[in-house]
Amino acid sequence: MKPPMTQDEQPQSRASDSADSDSAARRHPSISVRPEFQRTAPDAPTREKVFELQDISVFYTGVPAVQEVSMDVHKNEVTALIGPSGCGKSTLIRCLNRMNDLIPGAEVKGRLLYHREDLYGPKVDPVQVRKLIGMVFQKPNPFPKSIYDNVAFGPKILGMDGDMDEIVEHALRRAALWDEAKDRLDSNAFGMSGGQQQRLCIARCIAVGPDVILMDEPCSALDPISTGRIEDLMMELKQEFSIVIVTHNMQQAARVSDRTAFLMVELDADEQGRWGRIVEYDQTEKIFTNPSDPRTEDYVSGKVG
Amino acid sequence: MAGYEPKTARARIATTAARGVVAERLSQQPRMDVIRNTIFGSVLLLAVAIALAGLALLIGDALIDGWSRLNLDLITNGPSAFPEKAGLRAALIGTLWIIGLVILIIVPVGVGAAIFLEEYASRESRLARIVELNVQNLAAVPSIIYGLLGLAFIARSPLNLGFVVLAASITLALLVLPIVILVSREALRAVPPSIREGSLALGATQWQTIRKQVLPAAIPGIATGVILAVSRAIGETAPLIPLGAATFVTFDPSGPFSGFTALPLQIFDWVKQPQDEFRTLAAAGVIVMLLVLIAMNSFAIWLRNRYEQRW
Repeated sequence: MKPPMTQDEQPQSRASDSADSDSAARRHPSISVRPEFQRTAPDAPTREKVFELQDISVFYTGVPAVQEVSMDVHKNEVTALIGPSGCGKSTLIRCLNRMNDLIPGAEVKGRLLYHREDLYGPKVDPVQVRKLIGMVFQKPNPFPKSIYDNVAFGPKILGMDGDMDEIVEHALRRAALWDEAKDRLDSNAFGMSGGQQQRLCIARCIAVGPDVILMDEPCSALDPISTGRIEDLMMELKQEFSIVIVTHNMQQAARVSDRTAFLMVELDADEQGRWGRIVEYDQTEKIFTNPSDPRTEDYVSGKVG
Repeated sequence: MAGYEPKTARARIATTAARGVVAERLSQQPRMDVIRNTIFGSVLLLAVAIALAGLALLIGDALIDGWSRLNLDLITNGPSAFPEKAGLRAALIGTLWIIGLVILIIVPVGVGAAIFLEEYASRESRLARIVELNVQNLAAVPSIIYGLLGLAFIARSPLNLGFVVLAASITLALLVLPIVILVSREALRAVPPSIREGSLALGATQWQTIRKQVLPAAIPGIATGVILAVSRAIGETAPLIPLGAATFVTFDPSGPFSGFTALPLQIFDWVKQPQDEFRTLAAAGVIVMLLVLIAMNSFAIWLRNRYEQRW
């Protein structure tokens, strides 16, 4: 009794660990691959570009972490970054809302366009960037405040107009958390489960009305059911936002993303330095069924990694 | 022992021997270990006992000596040359004035310095490292040095405040500032970086992040540090002597620019007097001071346990 599979999922059955995901799907129907997930058709016209990365390299105190990444991120799509540990996925995603600025010694080279504006241009204020490009982190990090105040914090400091109760309710509804949270808005967010906390962090992010949501391994600390709920949520949210997600989990990338970038660790000649480099970036279906690079093939089929 | 029972003689010998070895290994603790453990435990117990006994002796002695004067008159009576009429009122009011002003100085300056060092200064910055080293050194400077500093720079020129409450407050504030800074930094550091990241990622500025997220989460720790610093300041005697507080005052201190005395100095003054009655008075004064200090420290501990955020 396998759940219905879309054509996109066929390649997964080749992957060596697909048995796991299938049995997980049987146990938890909520994480099964659902045909109604709307993925950009291969022949669909290309959507507007949100980010254009041109030869982006990131250095920490002069040591390269990611080298020469070029890729485009499109509007209302889910773009996944996959690859083994240490390949610079998180470093790369943190360039997109200038969170790397907070790390002393971090340096970004290359051109990064956001709606054709240079994100690292001299007049760009990182604080303004982060208002438009929200981020959800690996470990849920709610503020030590009530559920309501967690969501209201962003709109308040940004001085947003409108009824705060409405803003909070809307954000919680969009994050599929309203039904669970509406009766305990005043209780501390630390009392929620991990999955609820992560959806609260998504609600908090939505509340300030961003354009893009970056997710840095949002499900790595969560159980399969919570993971499934967040994946469902991402399919909802991409109607309104563009989403970039870093994930360790190839199945997750295959389930939720429209495009996938595969990064790998590269060593220099004497094996002293190591950094991430993009191997292949394409539509998810292509990456998982018919990758052009043999290294991608090896990774998605579970031979390496 | 249930279960397997060997049938042949060979097997029986082998099993018995094996069981014997296991039993021996499990039962025998080396004799020296037992002795060492006992000695070590006793020494530690003795250390605790000595510390507690000293405190108990002090409190007990003061209670016995001062019991007869431990009444409301002790607090409400002003200073007097006659021991039966003398009381702590002027000293208490002086201490309240001094401590109130100390709090007004150390909270903004201490917390501000801690925020700068912890949130703004980069770890590599030379300035931050020098400041950090000096804060730690200052915490170890003997208090009389601060008294001389207060005399030379605060009571006399350049500040030239004279021998008044404010001069004493500034001096004591300088004395306890390192404690406030060190404890506040600890409290700020205990707020996990993920909270700062979460706030910054929403488009909050660094200052908004500190004011709305980091500082509120650190307040219980900071308050604890301030209370501990204040209770140190209440008990300090040495730095006040050069500032002219040891004098016998005949009035109640009335403001920052009033002459003053303080609790520990009043007690010191009474101990010096020739009449025995004054010594009884001094013992009663010691009890009042101990009560104030114990109350403040207990409040600090309660505050920490009650509001400390577990991450």
